[in-house]
Amino acid sequence: MKRRETIKTLLAGSLAGGAVVSSQSCKTEGGVEGVIEEAFSVGVGRTPEERERDRKLLAEDFLTDDELGTLAILCDIILPATPTAGSATEAEVPDFINFMSKDAPFLKVPIRGGLAWVNNEALKRFDDSFEAITEKQRIEIVDDIAYPDKVTPEFNQGMKFFDRLRGLVLTGYYTSKIGIEDLGYVGNRPNVWDGVPAEVLKDHDVDYDPEWIAKCINQEKRNELVQWDDEGNVLNN
Amino acid sequence: MQIKETPKEYDAVIVGSGAGGGMSAKVLSDAGLKVAVIEAGPFFDPKDPETMTQMKWPYESPRRGGWTKERNFGELDMAYGGWNLDGEPYTQKDDSNFMWFRSRMLGGRTNHWGRISLRFGPKDFKGHTQDGLGDDWPIGYEDVKPYYDKLDKMIGVFGSNEGLPNDPDGFFLPPPKPRLHELYYIKAAKKLGVTVIPSRLSILTKRINAERGVCFYCNQCNRSCSAYADFSSGSCLIFPAQKSNGQVDLYNNCMVREVVMNKEGKARGVSYINKEDGRSYEIRGKVVILAASACSTARILLNSKDGGSAGLGNSSGLVGKYLHDSTGSGRGGFIPALMDRKMYNEDGVGGMHVYSPWWLDNSKLDFGRGYHIEVWGGMGMPNYGFGMGMDGFNKFMGISEGGYGDKLRDDVKRYYGATIGFGGRGECIAREDNYCELDPDVVDQWGIPVLRFKYSFSDHELNQAKHMQQTFEQLIDAMGGHVFGDTPTKEQNYGLNKGGEIIHEVGTTRMGNDPATSVCNKYQQLHDVDNVYITDAGPFVSQADKNCTWTIMALSMRASEHIVEQLNKRNI
Ligand SMILES: Cc1cc2nc3c(=O)[nH]c(=O)nc-3n(C[C@H](O)[C@H](O)[C@H](O)COP(=O)(O)OP(=O)(O)OC[C@H]3O[C@@H](n4cnc5c(N)ncnc54)[C@H](O)[C@@H]3O)c2cc1C
Ligand code: SF4
Repeated sequence: MKRRETIKTLLAGSLAGGAVVSSQSCKTEGGVEGVIEEAFSVGVGRTPEERERDRKLLAEDFLTDDELGTLAILCDIILPATPTAGSATEAEVPDFINFMSKDAPFLKVPIRGGLAWVNNEALKRFDDSFEAITEKQRIEIVDDIAYPDKVTPEFNQGMKFFDRLRGLVLTGYYTSKIGIEDLGYVGNRPNVWDGVPAEVLKDHDVDYDPEWIAKCINQEKRNELVQWDDEGNVLNN
Repeated sequence: MQIKETPKEYDAVIVGSGAGGGMSAKVLSDAGLKVAVIEAGPFFDPKDPETMTQMKWPYESPRRGGWTKERNFGELDMAYGGWNLDGEPYTQKDDSNFMWFRSRMLGGRTNHWGRISLRFGPKDFKGHTQDGLGDDWPIGYEDVKPYYDKLDKMIGVFGSNEGLPNDPDGFFLPPPKPRLHELYYIKAAKKLGVTVIPSRLSILTKRINAERGVCFYCNQCNRSCSAYADFSSGSCLIFPAQKSNGQVDLYNNCMVREVVMNKEGKARGVSYINKEDGRSYEIRGKVVILAASACSTARILLNSKDGGSAGLGNSSGLVGKYLHDSTGSGRGGFIPALMDRKMYNEDGVGGMHVYSPWWLDNSKLDFGRGYHIEVWGGMGMPNYGFGMGMDGFNKFMGISEGGYGDKLRDDVKRYYGATIGFGGRGECIAREDNYCELDPDVVDQWGIPVLRFKYSFSDHELNQAKHMQQTFEQLIDAMGGHVFGDTPTKEQNYGLNKGGEIIHEVGTTRMGNDPATSVCNKYQQLHDVDNVYITDAGPFVSQADKNCTWTIMALSMRASEHIVEQLNKRNI
């Protein structure tokens, strides 16, 4: 994947989520940079300084195309597609990791070094790059570094990298639109909270104490102007 | 460079637009006065779509809600500020490590604060009488109660009247029902004899006026509510003040340097630096109200050399002294019974629905004052950090750690919503030797001398933290859960947070009847200069085991009414 394309795909993801932005993006002039400008000016409420920094970071180079290639394969080993949910790369996780390495530069060496470690290992064992070896060969390497409680000392550094990568992939994936849908998180929308569903209470063998519940808001009357008596009892709940 | 132009003259000049300053602006404007509010940060309105972060998704930003240096609790949090501000350093004396959180924006830290709104109780104003520690306030609960009552009705706070002796009843809106993890908490707390009641947060579960909306349960009060359904000083005090009887002029991006005096020894106004042109200006008022937050106000006084070499209002030498923050210690756990959750929207309000006020008797314990317990958990919106460190759960379950592929997806879903966490927030006993002062060597980018902190703990705070940790472990145990991490040791201060980290700094200009042992009187008027008042948390004599902001506002209302009265009587 080329860097400019990477930025574009990242933005496509962002734009899909930000209704305010997508209505404007078609008018954008000035190519990728212009799109960046639009995407982060309104989308998430940035101050001018924040917008400027994000713009710079997005335009900056970090991972090479080769590195992004290796990263993409690893990301999809960690979270491949399922019949119902897209893969890590479909959720643009490699772009997220590339961005985070620029935003939090302490990640740069561990990420770059870890990708190189994986490639060195492929070269040692199978005489080719990680990208070039077979799926089965890749898994052989990954299995040696994917289980912290079983790892042997010679794979410890590889394990540390894979551990960090797994965390980043999980964050990148489950904060994406695809991942949030896969998780089933159904909040972040206007709602009226009126307690735990009855069947869930039953499953968990907990219940609402009637005395407690009597104090709680009667959601039918939430829009009525509150009235109290002199003791502070609400008269219209 | 000093600009020589005739300064504007107001009835009152208010420094800072947070909880304290916002309330002063409201009371003074209601009384028809002409006020200037000088605020070091930019204008901010929670409903402006340009700056709004409420209801945004993590994928709308490339860092998915992660930490930035301007927003230390995440880039979608509504605080332009943090532990460190560019160009505005603070320093430490000896081996202190005091943490100072500042927000630079209209409304100050009230745009993203936790909205936990607790009245102090009768004992809290008379600590010394209770146990011989610290000092009593010159006022008691009965003096503040009428203001708490008015505040409840004016701003809105949900909660419940429980008849507890030191956690007073009020005029509450009905609280929301507990969430699932909170029901687990209630059960465990009751088993252990820990009091548990509906929480008290300044969020509108019911309509209180025509101007503000009702909560629609997005769980994002830390992003500041565009419907004005939670308390932020801008939306609930400053804007209404502007529409009220008086005149309220906002001076944004203006950094006050000092209070300036006239020949008669009265305050004439303040001098400030306009951050946009870098120049110094003066603004005048019959009265100066400092509400820049406890430490910033102390800094302004200490820098006001018109008032003498020790600073303004400092004849007692106590400006900056008796600084204290709530104690804090936290712990989390994993609750296997909460695995494999059925999915539904349990966002609720932006904070806990239940909490535990202090439930024990300190005379039987090895620390002087109490703490309350804040509870978190649930199926929140994923954010930067989601899934990191998930391995630990597998360890608890005796399943192999790590892995990849479908196993990992299953793990994520199995553990989502299965954690619970507690924050203990307690009273730190105020001491003269905990303080902020001017650093003799360092200035900020505008050449203003900065604060240097000196802060340490006594056994009261350390033993209290130890007790918190024991309680948290028992609670998690009672829920059939596994506690994260090892019990913090004595060497780790039993997990006690650093001074300042709980962001409830108070006490730097404490009130009292004796000018030798206090900075201001019981109306928060400087003993030394009668037309300078302080309406932030500086005048607190003690912190209580409560978060401070509801009391800042009740006292600011009381002091501001006093100002109106004094101006009307031409006493100041
Ligand atoms: C994450 C978080 C959670 C919190 N949760 C709670 C909670 O649940 N309950 C609770 O009671 N409290 C809570 N607090 C604390 C609460 O925010 C503060 O107690 C409250 O905001 C203090 O009000 P204030 O008016 O004194 O100061 P601030 O709100 O800090 O406002 C001071 C204002 O003055 C301005 N200023 C400072 N210096 C100058 C100067 N020299 N010139 C001009 N302007 C200046 C600042 O820019 C700022 O806008 C929380 C705080 C944080 C950060
Ligand atoms: S939880 Fe309620 S009050 Fe808080 S921001 Fe959301 S809608 Fe507003």
